[in-house]
Amino acid sequence: MTQQQSYNGYQEQEPPLPSAVPQATENAEMVRVEQAVKRFGDLLVLNNVSMTVKRGQVVVIIGPSGSGKTTLLRCINHLEKIDSGYIYVDGQLVGYRLVNGRLVEAREAEIAKMRAQIGFVFQRFNLFAHMTALENIIEAPVHVLGIPRDEAIAQAMELLRKVGLEEKAHVYPHKLSGGQQQRVAIARALAMRPKLMLFDEATSALDPELVGEVLKVMRQLAEEGMTMVVVTHEMGFARDVADHVIFMDHGVIVEEGPPEQIFDTPQNERTRNFLGLIAAD
Amino acid sequence: MFDWDAVWKFIVSPFFLQAAWTTLWLSVVAQLAGVVLGLFLALMRMSRFKWLSFPVQVYVWFFRGSPLLVQVLLLWDGLPKLVPGLLFSQITCILIAFSLNEAAYMSEIIRAGISSVDPGQMEAARALGMRYWLAMRRIILPQAARVIIPPLGNEFNNMLKTTSIASVIGLEELTGTAEILGAPTFSIFELLIVATVYYLLLTTLWDYFQRWIERRLDPEYAAKGGRPGRRPGQKSWAQRVLGFGNPPLESGELIAGGHGGAR
Repeated sequence: MTQQQSYNGYQEQEPPLPSAVPQATENAEMVRVEQAVKRFGDLLVLNNVSMTVKRGQVVVIIGPSGSGKTTLLRCINHLEKIDSGYIYVDGQLVGYRLVNGRLVEAREAEIAKMRAQIGFVFQRFNLFAHMTALENIIEAPVHVLGIPRDEAIAQAMELLRKVGLEEKAHVYPHKLSGGQQQRVAIARALAMRPKLMLFDEATSALDPELVGEVLKVMRQLAEEGMTMVVVTHEMGFARDVADHVIFMDHGVIVEEGPPEQIFDTPQNERTRNFLGLIAAD
Repeated sequence: MFDWDAVWKFIVSPFFLQAAWTTLWLSVVAQLAGVVLGLFLALMRMSRFKWLSFPVQVYVWFFRGSPLLVQVLLLWDGLPKLVPGLLFSQITCILIAFSLNEAAYMSEIIRAGISSVDPGQMEAARALGMRYWLAMRRIILPQAARVIIPPLGNEFNNMLKTTSIASVIGLEELTGTAEILGAPTFSIFELLIVATVYYLLLTTLWDYFQRWIERRLDPEYAAKGGRPGRRPGQKSWAQRVLGFGNPPLESGELIAGGHGGAR
């Protein structure tokens, strides 16, 4: 973490939030979603979803397939656009800006700059196939943040050590196992010094015996105080690591609360059914 | 009577060496222009904006749907009538027609190459804060190159031969030279043989060159018989063509300074 300072400059250039924006987030809030609505054609994927993630918090979103949890996550860094509502990350409107009281889609550069501060881990890893693990990790720091190459390499090696893959630095993704690829992908996201990490079913594409090594890295991150939003089917992880659990179904947040409440005394019928189904597996 | 002496005389003559050079550089310039223009057309074609993609569809429809010879004549004979005073030289006229025509074909080839890259690659690049052009240059195109380069080689082979069309407006490339030199002495047949020898020489050399590139690009893949999965050999193509790669692979020499990144 010795190089922290060089990246802070990047974050501090954020323009202040326009005062006219309704309910700007307090500083303690990392993510604020307000009445997000998202349609794919006729299908209502997000139906008036509101949620907040506090700084340093680990929020786990669970729910059946098609419940909208992945879409919600993707909207947070604008990989999907919401049709209405507001999403803020660290007090800043995501993907839009306010011009004369109206929301206008942000310029590409602004969106890119915002995304550079949000780590995203994909279900299918999406490592750059033509680059080694190390090259994958330094790519964005060098070409997006403009960090000197040797500095980026030093940092990348440190991150590879952290995820236990130092010896795989010069290996191409297709020679790595799924679990190793996902750990490299996490290191790649961390190399941007994100203030928020989003995990989209990061272990769903893995063979069962490889899930543990990825969850271990995620757990370690959570312990270090990283703000995380995690979409997962790993209920054990949710129960142990989450500060807050959100259960979604059919595009709405059905129930949310601390993990003990959601898992031990779920209030809602649908939550009970879902958890019952999972337990029956 | 077939005059062998004429063949021997002309095959080493400066006329044909000059003509072969004209054919070669015409092909190279038109191909390069076709690739560059084709890249932009491909990206426009893949845009989600109709006003960008539709004109490209029309463009490709026109240039692929009508003969190159007609396109050349339209530019050579037709344009000055349409715009009086606008008269291109033969070379300019040919280069424009050939580049525009080639761009139509290249745009489809490049589009196929880009489409072959997993969309997750672009998503990952965007999620890391990369902007469209940076992601294209650093992530998508190096991987698309694997798919683009073999048909690109074929296109260039075609281009070497298609330049013969330039002879109809009197350009002295190989075919034109054969006709012009052969007409007064009634030895067109002999000189066309000479031209054919040169065409075969050029295409054969290119063929060897293309194979050399492919061997050079793909040794690992060949040695190991590829890897299982959806995209075999992906690594070595993209990495070596554009100079990516880790030190032990000795990449980066082939395409000098293709990008500013890896060594």
